[in-house]
Amino acid sequence: MLLIPCPWCGPREENEFTYGGEADIVRPVEPDSLTDSEWANYLFMRKNPRGLHHEQWVHTFGCRQWFNVQRDTVTYQITATDNLR
Amino acid sequence: MTSHHHRLSHGGRIDRDKPLKFTFNGTSLQGFHGDTLASALLANGVRVVARSLKYHRPRGVVGAGSEESNAMVKIGLGAGASPNQMATQVSLYNELDAYSLNCWPSPNFDIGAIIGVFSRFMPPGFYYKTFMWPQNAWRIYEGVIKRASGYGTAPEAPDPDRYDQINAHVDVLVIGGGPAGLSAALEAGRAGARVLIADEQNEMGGSLLSDRGLANGALATDWLKASLSELDAMDEVTVLKHATAFGYYDHNFLGIAESVSDHLLSDSNTVPRQRLWRIRANHVILATGAIERPLVFPNNDRPGVMLASAVSTYINRYAVNPAIKAVVFTNNDNAYQSALDLHRIGVHVSAVIDVRPKPIGKLAEQVRGLGITVLEGHVVVDVKGGKSVNGVTVMPLDRSGNAVVGKSHRLDCDLVAISGGWNPTVHLHCQSGGTLRYDPGTSSFIPDSVMQAMQNAGSCKGSFTLEQCLMDGRLAGAKAAREIGLRLDTSSGNNATVQSPPQEPVTPMWLVPSPKPLGLGPKQFVDLQTDTTAADIAIAVREGYESIEHIKRYTTCGMGTDQGKLGNVNAIGILANLKGTDPETIGATTYRPMYTPVPFGTVAGRSIGSLFDPVRKTSIHQWHEESGALFENVGQWKRPWYYPRPTESMQDAVYRECMATRTGVSLLDASTLGKIEIKGPDATTMLNMIYTNAWSKLEIGRCRYGLMLGEDGMLLDDGVTARLGEYHYLMHTTTGGAATVMAWLERWLQTEWRDLEVYLTSTTDHWTTISINGPDSRRVVGKLSNDIDFSNEAFPFMSIRHGTVAGVPARVFRVSFVGELSYEINVSSNHGRRIWEAVIEAGIEYGITPLGTEAMHVLRAEKGYIIVGQDTDGSVTPNDLGMDWIVSKRKKDFLGKRSLYRSDILRQDRKQMVGLLTDDPHVVLPEGGQIVDNTSAAIPVPMVGHVTSSYMSPFLKRSIALALIKGGHSIIGEKVYIPLENGKTVSAMIVDRVFYDREGARQDE
Ligand SMILES: [Zn+2]
Repeated sequence: MLLIPCPWCGPREENEFTYGGEADIVRPVEPDSLTDSEWANYLFMRKNPRGLHHEQWVHTFGCRQWFNVQRDTVTYQITATDNLR
Repeated sequence: MTSHHHRLSHGGRIDRDKPLKFTFNGTSLQGFHGDTLASALLANGVRVVARSLKYHRPRGVVGAGSEESNAMVKIGLGAGASPNQMATQVSLYNELDAYSLNCWPSPNFDIGAIIGVFSRFMPPGFYYKTFMWPQNAWRIYEGVIKRASGYGTAPEAPDPDRYDQINAHVDVLVIGGGPAGLSAALEAGRAGARVLIADEQNEMGGSLLSDRGLANGALATDWLKASLSELDAMDEVTVLKHATAFGYYDHNFLGIAESVSDHLLSDSNTVPRQRLWRIRANHVILATGAIERPLVFPNNDRPGVMLASAVSTYINRYAVNPAIKAVVFTNNDNAYQSALDLHRIGVHVSAVIDVRPKPIGKLAEQVRGLGITVLEGHVVVDVKGGKSVNGVTVMPLDRSGNAVVGKSHRLDCDLVAISGGWNPTVHLHCQSGGTLRYDPGTSSFIPDSVMQAMQNAGSCKGSFTLEQCLMDGRLAGAKAAREIGLRLDTSSGNNATVQSPPQEPVTPMWLVPSPKPLGLGPKQFVDLQTDTTAADIAIAVREGYESIEHIKRYTTCGMGTDQGKLGNVNAIGILANLKGTDPETIGATTYRPMYTPVPFGTVAGRSIGSLFDPVRKTSIHQWHEESGALFENVGQWKRPWYYPRPTESMQDAVYRECMATRTGVSLLDASTLGKIEIKGPDATTMLNMIYTNAWSKLEIGRCRYGLMLGEDGMLLDDGVTARLGEYHYLMHTTTGGAATVMAWLERWLQTEWRDLEVYLTSTTDHWTTISINGPDSRRVVGKLSNDIDFSNEAFPFMSIRHGTVAGVPARVFRVSFVGELSYEINVSSNHGRRIWEAVIEAGIEYGITPLGTEAMHVLRAEKGYIIVGQDTDGSVTPNDLGMDWIVSKRKKDFLGKRSLYRSDILRQDRKQMVGLLTDDPHVVLPEGGQIVDNTSAAIPVPMVGHVTSSYMSPFLKRSIALALIKGGHSIIGEKVYIPLENGKTVSAMIVDRVFYDREGARQDE
């Protein structure tokens, strides 16, 4: 179980959080202008790196705030967080 | 053997003043406080403790700790029984009842052993090869196999014991209470660290408790005593015995299972049986020790073949005299200590059989000095005896050391003490993400890199002498303290100084050479618990398996509850030999939690029964109970299902509740519907993005039904949202979807739409919602309020009014889920029950009837209204539901919009929501029933859809159903068929899914 440093509450147990997948996926401004495969790319395609991963978490059973985490998928070490403000 | 005294008259750590009675397979026996079940059995001369899994061969105790793979027992009978316990890990207590596994009627006479006769027909991969075809035959095989295999039986009743859980945060967690662990804990403790040290045994001390040879006996125990009392005096140090660290997880999170009362016979339930420690540590020191490696030779599983270190432990720690005549079979110096221990207590040591051509170590000299024969460059090629060893056959090795030559001869003995070297206990290290490397010096896998804030100390990192262990521990403790910013106290300390004699290197021997070709002689067991032999590994290699992970699964080697603590490294070595490579290249298999089995009860703790999950009740719950309601679980909520009168069946009650709603008036507790208050200048903008329809023109005081989609275009939730003010909305969600929707909105607002100013508050529990339905509902609510005009003109369908109801402030919605004239009164939950009773009071003259969820579901199905999560399953679009009318064509964007015209979503053969009317109006289809359109098609018949909702409709006097059917919208009027479990097939016609009041006149009037 990870110990996740919530930018608002400090380090808390993983089971207080919900994982939100890859961070920095920007919703297309004009979805209608996209082809099926461009839209599918936004919808479904996610990175699966060996090493540093930027991901979203929300402190569900805490402050309910979303934030970004930089985590190493090999060591699970959390090297940075961003409170999105 | 019966005349032999198996218990020494003095010595050991047992308390001869505290005799304990226990039974083994019903026979009464005696042991002492301080015994394990295994030591007590040995002290009673019990040789056969269990039968093996596959061949049902008699098996005795082989080890003395958590590495035991033979002596598996069940403790107790009935609900509190613990199957699958290692006799070596069970502390003896008065009136303990133990039973053998894998044998019937007794381990000495086992009917299942007949299977052993057929063992030639059970090669590795037997299950894969034999039982996978023909498909249907598996059911027959399964029964037979299950009876003949397995590690005991599960208790048949709920566990009566209590289990606790505790969280702990420590500076330094030390796993293992041997010399290395104790030194580490002392050093960190002296620096002021908060330390927790845990050991799986009933006493701290590890090897110090049983090994007289490494230090002089007095020194070891004196130091142990002094160290424990020093630790005891430290306020921040916790010493946990009977506590097994079973798992090392991420970010220095570890699980420890502590036996609190397993070893006490206690009928009272005041203390838990076990306690789960969930520990988060700044720094972890693993001092988990090492496990002696067996040698693999013919018939090496006979009762009486035992690890040399275990022999010493039984002699020194438990005062057991295990034999009359013994031999020691080894490839290293260590085992000579066992020869010395045996000799000291008067056991005749027939010989030490050493595979090395010229053992010249100090211990070997000592043994020779006592006149004990050392057979240099010899090996054991067979073990004689069935239920107990009565001799061994030995042969010389040739000069290469890889084959036997010359003549064999027999040595009489009833004990074979074996040692193939030592395997560091690296399980937790590997679980933490650490890597291993093969160390040719000790011919074992030792820790290499670490991934978390941790260190290894002592023999678990390959430091095999006491001197090294003590030094390792001290250094590790000091480093841990430094790393967490503590200053070391170098002045104090009772540091032991030991000089361990230098040892000659071990000569690795994974498979002892034998005169017979592999597979033709007696079985050479690699993994005792799963009955895997060296020949099995050879067969797997011959059949093309290369990776050790595949060979493990194919042969089941290491797949037992002991996870191959004894056998795995030998398996790796044997595989390396067969493939002409080295153990480093083969690599170790993955180590996974649990280190030793942990009872489910310990993992569950108090989270069982009513404490498993919270239960949510509305403010009217008590009234429902008093009125005889039966309840249905909806998420965590308890909702009244139906309200049967004394003589009514469920069907009767649902019929009555439905008819009252259609012809008179009913009331429903709808408080569980999710409610989210939405405020802020950008609230409308957010709703326009969240819902498929348009919200900009909704007037204040009006409501609108909306569908919410995921970005994939699939239905997420639905509900009615009211506009309470220019920048103020109240959103209703489904009962089960409230939290999901709240999280969904928050996510978009916090991540993608940070420029929108919108505030969300969940108010589900704040309001009690009473839904009053039926043609008489207006007359009932009219009696309850004098400041709200309920007329159709003043208060039209899909609008909201504020006022007072029965004297309390209320929001009243005119919405309906059942297709009748309906009003929803919302009052503060504090007033909930009183207002509910006021509504009933007002409705008595109209025969007002409480409505449960079952009747409500029937009524909404008559209207063709869907329930998200019942009629939809995450793969249904608005179009599939025939609800394109609610999808705005003019809005530029909303969540999921683009997905609605992906090519796959536009396919005409997608499953679409339709109604079904069975040809026989009395037949109610099963929900989930699969639909076919051609009963004469070849098997497997293509499925064209499934039934999502199905009821008997009291008002329509016939059954109705909703279904998702491929291309359903374009085949209205066609016949389909629903095959039932009982072999019958029901025919039905596809119809429009609105069965009642298609124009919606009743709710609008
Ligand atoms: Zn937080």
